[in-house]
Amino acid sequence: MSVQKVKVKEPLLRMAKRDTMSNQKSWTVRGIAFLLSLITGGLVILALGHNPIAVYKSMVVGAWGSPTVIRETVKIAVPLLITAIGISFAFKMKFWNIGGEGQIIVGAVAAGYFGLFTAHILPKLPLVILMLLAGMLAGGLYGLLPALCKAKWGTNETLFTLMLNYIALAFVKYLMNGPWKAPGSSFPKIAMLAPGARLTKVFGVHWGWILALVLVVVSSVYLSKTKQGYEIAVVGESNNTARYAGINVSKVFIRTMFISGALCGLVGMLQFSGADYTITEGIAGGVGFTAITVAWLAKMNPYGMLVVSVFIAMLERGSNAIQTQFKIPASASELLIGIILFFMLGCEFFISYRLIVRGKEETHA
Amino acid sequence: MAKEGEDLGETEKLAIKMNKITKTFGKVVANKDVNLELREGEILALLGENGSGKTTLMNMLSGIYFPDHGEIYVHGKEVTIRSPKYAFSLGIGMIHQHFKLVDVLTAAENIILGLDGKVTVNRKEVNKKVSELAQKYGFDLDPTKKIYNMAVSEKQTVEILKVLYRGADILILDEPTAVLTPQETDKLFNVLRNMKEDGKSIIIITHKLNEVMAISDRVAILRKGEYIGVVNTPETDQAQLTEMMVGRPISLKIDRPEVEEKEERLQVIGLTCLNGEGVKALDNVSFTAYGGEILGVAGIAGSGQKELCEAIAGLYPSIGGSVLYSVEHEGTYIKERILGLKPDEISRKGIAMAYVPEDRLGMGLVAGMDMTDNVMLRSYKENKGIFVDRKAPKALSEKLIEELEIVTPGVGTPVGRLSGGNVQKVLLGREIACSPSVLIVAYPVRGLDINSSYRIYDLLNEQKKKGVAVIFIGEDLDVLMEISDRLMVLCGGKVSGIVDPKEVTKEEIGLMMIHVDNQAADDVSGEVDV
Repeated sequence: MSVQKVKVKEPLLRMAKRDTMSNQKSWTVRGIAFLLSLITGGLVILALGHNPIAVYKSMVVGAWGSPTVIRETVKIAVPLLITAIGISFAFKMKFWNIGGEGQIIVGAVAAGYFGLFTAHILPKLPLVILMLLAGMLAGGLYGLLPALCKAKWGTNETLFTLMLNYIALAFVKYLMNGPWKAPGSSFPKIAMLAPGARLTKVFGVHWGWILALVLVVVSSVYLSKTKQGYEIAVVGESNNTARYAGINVSKVFIRTMFISGALCGLVGMLQFSGADYTITEGIAGGVGFTAITVAWLAKMNPYGMLVVSVFIAMLERGSNAIQTQFKIPASASELLIGIILFFMLGCEFFISYRLIVRGKEETHA
Repeated sequence: MAKEGEDLGETEKLAIKMNKITKTFGKVVANKDVNLELREGEILALLGENGSGKTTLMNMLSGIYFPDHGEIYVHGKEVTIRSPKYAFSLGIGMIHQHFKLVDVLTAAENIILGLDGKVTVNRKEVNKKVSELAQKYGFDLDPTKKIYNMAVSEKQTVEILKVLYRGADILILDEPTAVLTPQETDKLFNVLRNMKEDGKSIIIITHKLNEVMAISDRVAILRKGEYIGVVNTPETDQAQLTEMMVGRPISLKIDRPEVEEKEERLQVIGLTCLNGEGVKALDNVSFTAYGGEILGVAGIAGSGQKELCEAIAGLYPSIGGSVLYSVEHEGTYIKERILGLKPDEISRKGIAMAYVPEDRLGMGLVAGMDMTDNVMLRSYKENKGIFVDRKAPKALSEKLIEELEIVTPGVGTPVGRLSGGNVQKVLLGREIACSPSVLIVAYPVRGLDINSSYRIYDLLNEQKKKGVAVIFIGEDLDVLMEISDRLMVLCGGKVSGIVDPKEVTKEEIGLMMIHVDNQAADDVSGEVDV
């Protein structure tokens, strides 16, 4: 009779994969995560000695309170949205293009070449078209380089595109200090674009926002309805399946990365000729990286990216507002954005998995 | 236990008793209230179809999974097995289907890997101990041989010795014969009998009935995660076991319809390919496939089967030989050279060759896409313009679901979520839908349950009757010998013979799988000389 009943010890926490969650339920989870992030952010604000509700309110008002600030918010959203769409083309085929920054910069430089040096010869319309094409071509070629090397020699596109960012940045610094330095300036800076060559404003913001909306629709159709979009999806899921289906994987890499880079280059052109009117090291301003977050949060859906980019633009604008109004330091506002993103990305875990606490799982299907 | 009214005295003679074990993964119930008893010093066969929960149950014994419910007793004592290490300390050792060995180390080094001990290793002593252990049970093994120089059966030997070296007295073998030739299987069974003599208790997981009959003392049967029962092997037969396993009586005979008219469809001459290391994966392979017949291809895993299929399908580079495909042009057949062409170039020549690859979700299908998008994978280019047409593929998907009885929530469900048998039906259905003249299928029933497997055999026979040349790469020799009209045997990338399966024995084929008779090889190449 040596049989002893030993208390069975289960692990304290276990993970189990869920069946697919219904859409409604998963959106509820995301809603809860958003609320929790606001509460957590609120605690941080409270710790800083401010009223969270007042701060949140001023963030919203700071982004949407008046026509002037709305224009500013849209101005932030436009480059984010177009870059996110561009990057998502590459991401859809699991080509990790984190070189959005560099592609934006070379796009701006190429547009800048015509904007700065041919503005006095060409009338506005041909000039803008020329800048547009130059920006897109330059961005596209800059994106093409890592794709070609990956197709030929299997290089790692993540490192490759990242390094190209720094090269582009260094090139701008060189232009600022040397050949493109504004005459008569004691600072290293590039001259301003002539007012006659700047992009026309529609409702107070350069027409890039209309283009961005058109791109949302066009890219959505491209990705889901065309053969090329289908090929991107197949390549992204499995290179082997793509080869089996007779898809030329290298060709898809190259073609799609050109489009991806060209869209980022377009952003550079818009920033130069519609927002900054000059080129500085800050012309891309981290958009190439923030756009990665936008694309992921939206799960590569162009319409989702529209919503997310506007939301992030609002957070950025709003955090500016609370900086001036409550003297909350810029780093604290960034912290708030970080908390919200952390919760939004983290809740995806709970959509795919559930946790089982020891002793709680007594029933089974 | 006492409440079940069992004699505890008898319980103590049990090496293992599993009581009402339940394990679920999400909504899937892998094991439901399963009871299992392993007596000391017996060989118990654990029989069940693919997906019946055999491996899951055993993984709970070896500490890989933790049961949701139920108790496990080892030698009469209730235990909680929380890690593989703890399972070892209880004397339970499992030999998995996929070996976990370090290629660059020797057999002996792999065996002692992970054991506690001194900082230094006395290799001489370890080698001696391993050799002694091997001899004791009748294994052939050189302890100083590196794993990368070993054949599959030798690697399996190392895995078994690894477990024995750690002092296991309860051994679990997960489908050990799947990778072995008939001769190697016999050898393994002898070793298992020696271990039994030595007092070890053994569980062998399998779904091959003849092996169950040959080796086991008792058979425990699982069906769809549930425990069906246990029978003494001498008191049962294959028909009864099948019925217990499938749930109803079923004929295990595979049809081999006769087709009169046989036309030459595909001729492979001297095909030679290199693998990643520059070694010949295919060496001067020659054969002809005829319409209206099934050409079986047998061989030990990794004998060049994958390279053969992929080279013909335009997915693997070759360094020599040629592949001629007979294409009908206004009533006359002309031979097209297709070796070296890419899949899209082959199809642009008007060639309808279907290929069901071994890696269904990694090559044949896109797991994350729905059925419509998968069905149009091979044909989406036919639509004119820049857009894809999803109407025709959707209609075809619906037709396939109905005709092949594919179980799916709908055409919009990603195929990766379907069960193995249904995934294969989607893939085979799509390939057949393009009315091929040659159909290459690689391991088409791997992982499928018996019903699905027989449905697949029927589909292949239907194609054969339509005059399609079917090339069937298989692993189960019994199946290959029943379904094939001719059987080609590969050994180390060479053709060791093409035989009529009605006229040879399984043992003869087993010999051909491990040995190339030069005379036979010459005969083969002579046959197709042109």
